[in-house]
Amino acid sequence: MSQIPAPLLTLVIGVVVTLVSLWYGQNNHLLPLQASEQAPLVDDLFNVMMTIGTALFIVVQGTIIYFFIRFRRPKGDDTDGLPVEGNLPLEAFWTAIPAVIVVGLGIYSVSVFQEMGGFTPGGHHGHGTMVAQAPQKNVIDVGSPLLAQSEAEDSVYTNVQVYGFGASSLKEVRAPDVTVNVTGMQYAWIFRYPDTGITDGELHVPVGQDVQLMIEAQDVIHSFWVPQFRLKQDALPGQTAELRFVATREGTYPVVCAELCGAYHGAMRTQVIVHSVEDYADWVASRVAQAPSGDAAVATSRTDAEYLATATQAMPVDPTQLAQLADPVKP
Amino acid sequence: MAQADLQVNRPEAPAGHGHPEKWKWYDYFTFNVDHKVIGIQYLVTSFLFYLVGGFMAVLMRTELATPDSDFLSPDLYNAFLTNHGTIMIFLWIVPAAIGGFGNYLIPLMIGARDMAFPKLNALAFWLNPPAGALLLGSFYFGGAQAGWTSYPPLSEITANAAQTMWILAIVMVGTSSILGSVNFLVTIWKMRVPSMAWDQIPLFCWAMVATSLLALFSTPVLAAGLILLLFDINFGTSFFKPDAGGNVVVYQHLFWFYSHPAVYLMILPIFGIMSEVIPVHARKPIFGYKAIAYSSLTICLVGLFVWVHHMFTSGTPPWMRIFFTISTLIVAVPTGIKIFSWTATLWGGKIRYTTAMLFAVGLLLMFVFGGLSGVTLGAAPFDIHVHDTYYVVGHFHYVLFGGSVFGIYAGVYHWFPKITGRMLNEPLGKVHFVLTFIGTILTFTPMHSLGMQGMPRRVAMYDPQFQGLNQLVTVGAYILAVSVIPFYFNVIWSWMKGPKAGGNPWNAMTLEWTTASPPIIENWEVLPVLTHGPYDYGFDPTAEAPAEEAIVPK
Repeated sequence: MSQIPAPLLTLVIGVVVTLVSLWYGQNNHLLPLQASEQAPLVDDLFNVMMTIGTALFIVVQGTIIYFFIRFRRPKGDDTDGLPVEGNLPLEAFWTAIPAVIVVGLGIYSVSVFQEMGGFTPGGHHGHGTMVAQAPQKNVIDVGSPLLAQSEAEDSVYTNVQVYGFGASSLKEVRAPDVTVNVTGMQYAWIFRYPDTGITDGELHVPVGQDVQLMIEAQDVIHSFWVPQFRLKQDALPGQTAELRFVATREGTYPVVCAELCGAYHGAMRTQVIVHSVEDYADWVASRVAQAPSGDAAVATSRTDAEYLATATQAMPVDPTQLAQLADPVKP
Repeated sequence: MAQADLQVNRPEAPAGHGHPEKWKWYDYFTFNVDHKVIGIQYLVTSFLFYLVGGFMAVLMRTELATPDSDFLSPDLYNAFLTNHGTIMIFLWIVPAAIGGFGNYLIPLMIGARDMAFPKLNALAFWLNPPAGALLLGSFYFGGAQAGWTSYPPLSEITANAAQTMWILAIVMVGTSSILGSVNFLVTIWKMRVPSMAWDQIPLFCWAMVATSLLALFSTPVLAAGLILLLFDINFGTSFFKPDAGGNVVVYQHLFWFYSHPAVYLMILPIFGIMSEVIPVHARKPIFGYKAIAYSSLTICLVGLFVWVHHMFTSGTPPWMRIFFTISTLIVAVPTGIKIFSWTATLWGGKIRYTTAMLFAVGLLLMFVFGGLSGVTLGAAPFDIHVHDTYYVVGHFHYVLFGGSVFGIYAGVYHWFPKITGRMLNEPLGKVHFVLTFIGTILTFTPMHSLGMQGMPRRVAMYDPQFQGLNQLVTVGAYILAVSVIPFYFNVIWSWMKGPKAGGNPWNAMTLEWTTASPPIIENWEVLPVLTHGPYDYGFDPTAEAPAEEAIVPK
């Protein structure tokens, strides 16, 4: 075993690899801006994995390339290599190290998952309870005849489980500051604010406040994703999902559909606008003022096409088309 | 070991001789029951579909060179993405790695004259061409457009005729896979030369045992899910229709219960190929035979319990997200054992820089990267951010292209002399390797970054901020497209005109190298007797004449 480098060399390589990995783990700049309370949690987990991954990458790839060059066949040498068939301590070592790493990563992942609120969707139980049964249709916003019908049907599903991310179990559990009902349909997102009756094709939320999205799909499966929030939840027809977050940074971020939903899946994009608390109040006021009475009953009299017009401005479909598209899904 | 014993034990052995001395070219287009003919049928068919799937990839990458949907119609783009995935999985990697190498090599490696059920074997192959024809024919009806995952409700409301053809095609190749698996298991279990103990079986056969078990456990579940989907589409049932009491998430469980193990179906045989190629060209015994054999079985077992990591953002309760995070991370351990064992096999070797070895070591390098990104995907909190993004596309192409396809190439360069009796051209092989290696890195590395930055997968149009990296990916894809030209040229030319190989051009020790190249119809005139283990390199200076100088292992 004389090929094994001297302890000093090993030490130097070890220190260099560690330093490089630690540096790259923190400075990889691979993830976008952080704009929610969950984002730094996810990024810290990623950076830890990146640090370990970089170290393993350098060591294993370096070893493979070094062996491949160092042990090449000398010209004219047709003999065989050393008849080494195994080495139990070495094999135990490289079984144990990855095992320890993945167990550590597993525990860390669970802890991050809990801090993100992963254990409490659909309920306000908090404290890491794993029971997540809740009636999710406490507020029914009637924004359109089409959607109203779908909600009436959906109310058949009482006591179904709600999936996603709820209130972070590490914080004091309380009701959300803002609730938004999110509906995905080919190829738009509809955001409805049951407290104020506002309906919009873009998501407006106040910074620093606890926002709860109740996500559903109208036709096929969509997936609500805001990369800057590091949060994603499939919008499922017939099942409600929750995403709860606190936006931490004012700005405009993309809302992306991440689940293949048809030909124009790639165009199913909109925006989330994180306002300051005052701007948000102004926005709410202006939208409520726009509607003649801010009353849901008025909204009901609109046709589907009118209702969907705002949502389809940036879409490759017109609202009438969209309303028709949604129709056949209902029996 | 008396030959008489063998004949008594196995009635289907050389008894008949109801075949010609040598197969004619047209025998390869018939319902032939010779495992070598079937192996070649699988390999050639799959290499044809590889071109079809690759052509679709090139068209998609051309579309993605610009953010707008301006080259293909979005419907057609989705049809290509669906069929690219389907063809590459079900008509390229699976039939090449399992059907092709499995059928060709297993009887030769264990000293059998054929597979246990030759007619079943031919049937299993002949299910593949009609399945491929159904997929290609479905383009007449617009092509299935719901992704290779075909999640309802989208798959139930889009291109119904094409989707139905897609389902039938997958059920056919699934049936083929089940038939093949039964055959492999019984063959390896019952038809080894009597002198071959379980710890003397080549590791490729161990890998095929694990693969077959996995296919037997999981494939029926996919078939069930797809049949339900077929009924929903065509016969008015509502298993997956939420507005009629169905549940869309149930389909995802049925689908992924097969389709995650399918990932291991595509890599376990490749791991087997690695364990054969590396010792031969490094002139070393494989390091940790038992660890590699058992880690295949461990991957098979653990691999059955990780499927929900494809559904972390779907309708899955918290306990499920956590349970499957842990189980997914655990798979890294047996996989790591294999990587380390192959690396250790290189140590102290006399490595020959053959093209087969270049692809094998290239696979190691690629798989380390793909494995590490796979671990990050296992952790639910991070997966939720990158699920259904280009990060995932980058990851699985690293393990499926950088892993499985590199492995198939390594296998072809290694066993081509055995299969055809002629050597491939090595310089051309090295050109192929360099192009493939560069193309792979260029194509699939930037995808990780794209995904993390916010680009979802399966899109024909994307945010213009991602254009730069996408163009880099497209250039890489073009390099990959060009890389197959020297390969196909090399294979076709060498098959006709290459230098004669002889029985054992690599001085390898497994049994397939003890017969002529190509082997005679029932493999050996006289069945071989095991005189040494499959990887006993370096133990005996006369090992290059293995038959006579017996080394009794252990």
